[in-house]
Amino acid sequence: MSQTKIAYYPGCTLKTTAKNFEDSALAVARALDIELVELPKWNCCGTVYSLTDDNLMYHIAPVRNLLRVKQMVRDELVTDDHRMVVLCSMCYNALKRTNLRVKENPEDLQKINDFMYLEDDDYELNVDVIHFLDLLKEIGVEKIREKVVKPLNGLKVLPYYGCMLLRPKEVGIDDPEEPNLQENILAALGAEPIDSPYRKVCCGSYLTVDNKYVVVELAYKILSHAQKAGAQALTTSCPLCAFNLDNRQKEIKEKYPGFKNIPVFYFTQLMALAFGLSNECYGFDLHHTKPEPLLKEKQLC
Amino acid sequence: MKETKSKKLDPEKVMERIAEASRPTVAGVEEKDVRHWVTIYVMGRGYSVPADLTILTAMEYAGYKFIRGCGCRQGFCGACSTVYRRHGEYKLQTGMACQTRVEDGMYLVQIPFSPAEKASYDISKEAYKVNTLLKHYPELARCVACNTCTKACTQDLQVMDYIQAAIRGDFETCVNESFDCIQCGMCALRCPAEIVQYNMAQLARRLYGRNDRPEPKHLTDRLKEIEQGKFVKPLDEITKKSKEELEKLYYSREKESD
Ligand code: FES
Repeated sequence: MSQTKIAYYPGCTLKTTAKNFEDSALAVARALDIELVELPKWNCCGTVYSLTDDNLMYHIAPVRNLLRVKQMVRDELVTDDHRMVVLCSMCYNALKRTNLRVKENPEDLQKINDFMYLEDDDYELNVDVIHFLDLLKEIGVEKIREKVVKPLNGLKVLPYYGCMLLRPKEVGIDDPEEPNLQENILAALGAEPIDSPYRKVCCGSYLTVDNKYVVVELAYKILSHAQKAGAQALTTSCPLCAFNLDNRQKEIKEKYPGFKNIPVFYFTQLMALAFGLSNECYGFDLHHTKPEPLLKEKQLC
Repeated sequence: MKETKSKKLDPEKVMERIAEASRPTVAGVEEKDVRHWVTIYVMGRGYSVPADLTILTAMEYAGYKFIRGCGCRQGFCGACSTVYRRHGEYKLQTGMACQTRVEDGMYLVQIPFSPAEKASYDISKEAYKVNTLLKHYPELARCVACNTCTKACTQDLQVMDYIQAAIRGDFETCVNESFDCIQCGMCALRCPAEIVQYNMAQLARRLYGRNDRPEPKHLTDRLKEIEQGKFVKPLDEITKKSKEELEKLYYSREKESD
């Protein structure tokens, strides 16, 4: 069977502060016989889906990315002719919702296409935006389990979802109240998924720029409840959630001296670890709370 | 007229031809010698000008004198930005006045300066990362990928692509895509996010050059020579020479291609 090649949209953060997310995800995909082929040309996803009804300007960025897939199909860079995989939850949300919006509003799409007259192609609604977790679900936990060489036995992990993967319902990748995509993967890796109502609670998102103390409070709640439920680590698929939950532990510690640091992973890092892939894709140097002590304790590194 | 077979060009002749081609004004053109005329509108006023002129020379023909908004006359300095629209078209076009031929029914205005933000920094103290670009040019993050900058670029650069590359810390792409920028300022004036593309890119190129390129040995050597005062005396001598002596020196200079 020939390898599946599928278009992949990285997003800006995955090229900088979340390089470890990209590296580990690409390595994991490869291990599962999938090549995520980066869009030869792409721009910012728009970051936040714009709710302004009458200003199409903010929808140009996502649409421009969607139309790139067509050229990739033409150039035979991909074998999957209609899907685009996204890793970052925020990019996923912005791209998926915009796609939906232009599907429902053909006149808007027409205007945007007209405005992008320098492009070779129009966007013709031919792309489905999916998250890497969607793809993993399709591959199935069986195949994931087969690839595990170093089971994460005894590792208790809270799969954190945040907002962007689950809401609004139309673009959510899973049940917004009882998601289990990450849980299933973690279980397949041999880890023990921990439950907490806070796994779906907002981390404070970009308030981290303007008013980081809102984020400090929210992150403290999420993390301390995770610990109370027995979690030794968290996983996420959002670089902004990861920043808020990991890097803000510095400020949490200042405000709540009794707080114990807890490592935050991208779920793909744990997959790479369990698959026994090269250390280079872990990128632990980018973490604020270093995961090595925990992993050593569990004899995982 | 037949060209001589010899590859050696007479430097004096070459200089004359260049001077002729870029004659600053069109003074001396006889109206009876001009066969084709076009009408252009400078700031709304119509002028009949010879059809083979550039915007810059046509405006001089019409009587304008450039004190600012004109420099090299060779398409390199970026001083002579022009916005124009062809009669009956809705699209605004941009171009360098010294490089763009006049067309009949062209409405135009010069944009001799763009009042754009320019950061000052000590490049040796700046970190080589995307945050440095954002620190000095925070508007960068406002790019909505509308591509208006690319449409406005007089040099046909992929401006939006280099802005997007900068945002994701891809210095190499940003540098390569912006390398031919002549800083005419049209991108910044048209950008709805008020990004100063060309100044940001200059910072990116400086950071890249400083941190990601090998040190050029010839430059380091030359700087050492300058510091040691090797050129003080020759420079003193040269500034005392007469125009004739200077010309002679110029034509007999050592050239890299020789
Ligand atoms: S005068 Fe220098 S670019 Fe036109």
